[in-house]
Amino acid sequence: MPDAKKRYAMVVDTRGCVACKACVLACKAENAVPDGRTRDWLVEEVRGRFPRLAAENRSERCNHCAGAPCVDACPTGASHVAEGGTVQVTRHKCTGCKACMAACPYDARYVHPDGFVDKCTFCLHRAQYGKLPACVEVCPTACLHFGDLSDPGAEVSRLLRERKWKVNHPETGARPNVYFLV
Amino acid sequence: MELTRRRFIRIGGAAAGAAAVGSGLATRWWGLDGDAVADPGTDGDRVVPTFCELCFWKCGVLAHVRDGRVTKLTGNPKHPLSRGRLCPRGTGGAGLLYDPDRLKRPMIRREKRGEAVFEEVGWAAALDYTAEKLMKIKEKYGPEAVALYSHGYGGSWFKHLLKAYGSDAIAAPSYAQCRGPREVGWQLTFGAGVGSPEQLDIENSRVLTLIGSHLGENMHNTQVQELAAALDRGAQLVVVDPRFSTAAGKARYWLPIKPGTDIALLLAWMHVIVRDGLHDRAYLDKYAIGLDKLAKHLTDKTPEWAWTETGIPAGTIVETARFIAGGRPASLVHPGRRVVWYGDDTQRTRAIAILNALLGSYARRGGIYVPSQMQLPTYPYAKYGHEPRVPPDSPKDRAYPLADETLASGLCMASIPGTAAYDIKGWLVYGTNLLMAMPQPEKVKEAIQALDFIAVVDVLPAEIAGWADVVLPESTYLERCDEVDNPPYKVPFAAVRQPVVEPMHDSKPGWWIAREIAHRIGLADYFPWKDSLEYAMHRVHSAGISCETMKSDGVVVGKAQPTTIEDGLEPTFATPSGRIELFSQRLADAGFDPMPGYTPPEEPPAGHFRLLFGRSPVHTFGRTTNNRFLGEVASENEVWVNADAAKEQGVAGGDKVVLVNQDGARSQPIRVKATERIRPDCVYMVHGFGHDAKGLKFARNRGADDARLVTRIKVDPIMGGTGMNVNFVRIERA
Repeated sequence: MPDAKKRYAMVVDTRGCVACKACVLACKAENAVPDGRTRDWLVEEVRGRFPRLAAENRSERCNHCAGAPCVDACPTGASHVAEGGTVQVTRHKCTGCKACMAACPYDARYVHPDGFVDKCTFCLHRAQYGKLPACVEVCPTACLHFGDLSDPGAEVSRLLRERKWKVNHPETGARPNVYFLV
Repeated sequence: MELTRRRFIRIGGAAAGAAAVGSGLATRWWGLDGDAVADPGTDGDRVVPTFCELCFWKCGVLAHVRDGRVTKLTGNPKHPLSRGRLCPRGTGGAGLLYDPDRLKRPMIRREKRGEAVFEEVGWAAALDYTAEKLMKIKEKYGPEAVALYSHGYGGSWFKHLLKAYGSDAIAAPSYAQCRGPREVGWQLTFGAGVGSPEQLDIENSRVLTLIGSHLGENMHNTQVQELAAALDRGAQLVVVDPRFSTAAGKARYWLPIKPGTDIALLLAWMHVIVRDGLHDRAYLDKYAIGLDKLAKHLTDKTPEWAWTETGIPAGTIVETARFIAGGRPASLVHPGRRVVWYGDDTQRTRAIAILNALLGSYARRGGIYVPSQMQLPTYPYAKYGHEPRVPPDSPKDRAYPLADETLASGLCMASIPGTAAYDIKGWLVYGTNLLMAMPQPEKVKEAIQALDFIAVVDVLPAEIAGWADVVLPESTYLERCDEVDNPPYKVPFAAVRQPVVEPMHDSKPGWWIAREIAHRIGLADYFPWKDSLEYAMHRVHSAGISCETMKSDGVVVGKAQPTTIEDGLEPTFATPSGRIELFSQRLADAGFDPMPGYTPPEEPPAGHFRLLFGRSPVHTFGRTTNNRFLGEVASENEVWVNADAAKEQGVAGGDKVVLVNQDGARSQPIRVKATERIRPDCVYMVHGFGHDAKGLKFARNRGADDARLVTRIKVDPIMGGTGMNVNFVRIERA
């Protein structure tokens, strides 16, 4: 069962990102995300006072946490750990109770108009054909990277070895799998 | 039996499902869940390669079509301008195709111009009416009295139509209202324009300097790809901008310059570089003339002098000058894109060109490259039968001898009777919303009211359509085939636009509309082909390219040619001297400064801010702001106000305000973005919002339109560009 050893992760290079939101729109098109909802989003953080300023752009989404609070919170088993350690929602098991949304430290989930909770899947339906997630494929700055951290030769592994990185809200202990290069 | 993975998971899933009753725990095991992620079903059953029209970069697109509907658009990996990636606009092209507000049927005006009261008619009636009006103008005033404004790739058919008809009065606001000055500044210096796509090897730059150019927010796909690639390789940015732009956020140096003083900074940088001998002497000896004159011109342009003008400390000017020179020859100073700012814009872009020359960056890797182009024989049309008069695009008492394209603003003014060499009486408007694209929209309306005839060919009912006598609804780029695209670029290539789906509603492709008009005004011989695909394939085939490959790949890439001295190119310069002209005798002969000088800008009146505007990565001016898909991430603009200045004005972030300019022109209500990211003497907004056209049901009344605040312009005396950053606004609570 080789897939069970995979550890899918996303690495976001904040230095390249221009916050253009192509990732958001490509995801919406690929996944037919309903109007008014998005599975990924941009954070443009600016610190300092004029004229001494610093900026960081982050394309954010579900962190597919290794210790996912949403999975623990789900009473029906709809939110579960799936291939590559990703966190997925089984639509027909979801009752739309929103316990997962309350538990998620990243506000990464929304209620689909059809009644279930929805979020980023890391485009697992594409990964099985060896295709990258839609957001990674479209990104004009090539600042999004996707791969298997259990493979030391993977680009994501190399980037985390060679570059300085951080994760959002490490204090929650959720062990997120979206990494930001700084 | 072979146990495949899929089968194993199914079995495992069933077992886990049984165990999960009551606890849900077992399903947490990796790989044991039977419910794979559902395929959203957006992969096409057909994938059609074509190229984009959401902006004018023309990236290669793969259009996925499922059950006859475009589900998604992705970058064509084979196309050199997209390299498999797209910007947000290109990703959202289906939002244009399926825009419920599209122009659906031809319409003829029934009330006064501008009241937007129309009657839907059939194509035959609309085309007969257009033909009759065109023939009347030709009889009465001659064919040159008809002007074509065209912005977009489908415009080629109408350009051909107008030339066959007998007029050369063809213009786009993308010249005198946008990038014109830099083309002239570059030509005067290097003998070649900047071009689009800009001929800049950003990817290989070590130092990239941006003068008010907001790459990243100005989202030309390949250019931004190159910017990111350069940053990834350790390139450094120097960003000169009154606003902390996205690019400034990535810069080694951000210089928050006082608006309108860029030339002072450029001259001071050159002063330091020449004074300290940091320029590329061998390169200049070989390729340039006028260094001695330039050095003399620069003697008093000291960093201390520039400090008082620009607000940038002398020490910082010296440090950045050395930093920029330290990267040469892979040190590139970007010429910008919309550069009509203060009326001295040709001289500013010439200063940028001269600075690049000092760095030896022209025809160098990481600098400005010399493009190559796929050669495609033109279609064997009959020669145009009439030698037209020169377009009357300047006032009677003025000429802009160094302009190398026709001025849209000039043609517009020539429509107000008696102001130019002869009057323009009819307009064909293709794909450009002149009421937002041009400054002084009240004057544009005055010009339109004086016309005998105005026809609008467009996809959406933008403001300009409301002023038309006849509205001809064009199919979107996803429903039509246009001219082949073979721009000068790093590599020669040719790309084809192919219809992805059948035209919706009663829209027709531009080629069809132009040909039908031609047939009605005795110009059928100029449109001898069956359709545009036949035309395009004729050109492709006659270039020796396989039509099958072109259709299946959407693009054919030629053999790379040398583009820089490093590749073995020996550069030539189409200037009068055959060299790079640091000193321009052409400018001197035309009565202008042969080397750029500095004029201090006007100060804002008390309580006023200089109005600056720019772009969002999600939109192309006003032409995409009705796109509901793009609207999901950017549906209205904000006015950026310095946080302290906002406090002084008694407004806070999120408040709705009205901007009132020096002439009393008022904006629509717009939300305040109180931010540290801008100087306190100016405000900034993204252009393209604030539509008031009734037909744009999504974009209408969202945000504010800057064009109506541009009641004042400063015309560039060299090429007629309309400097628009010369307006001042005060902030009023809405």
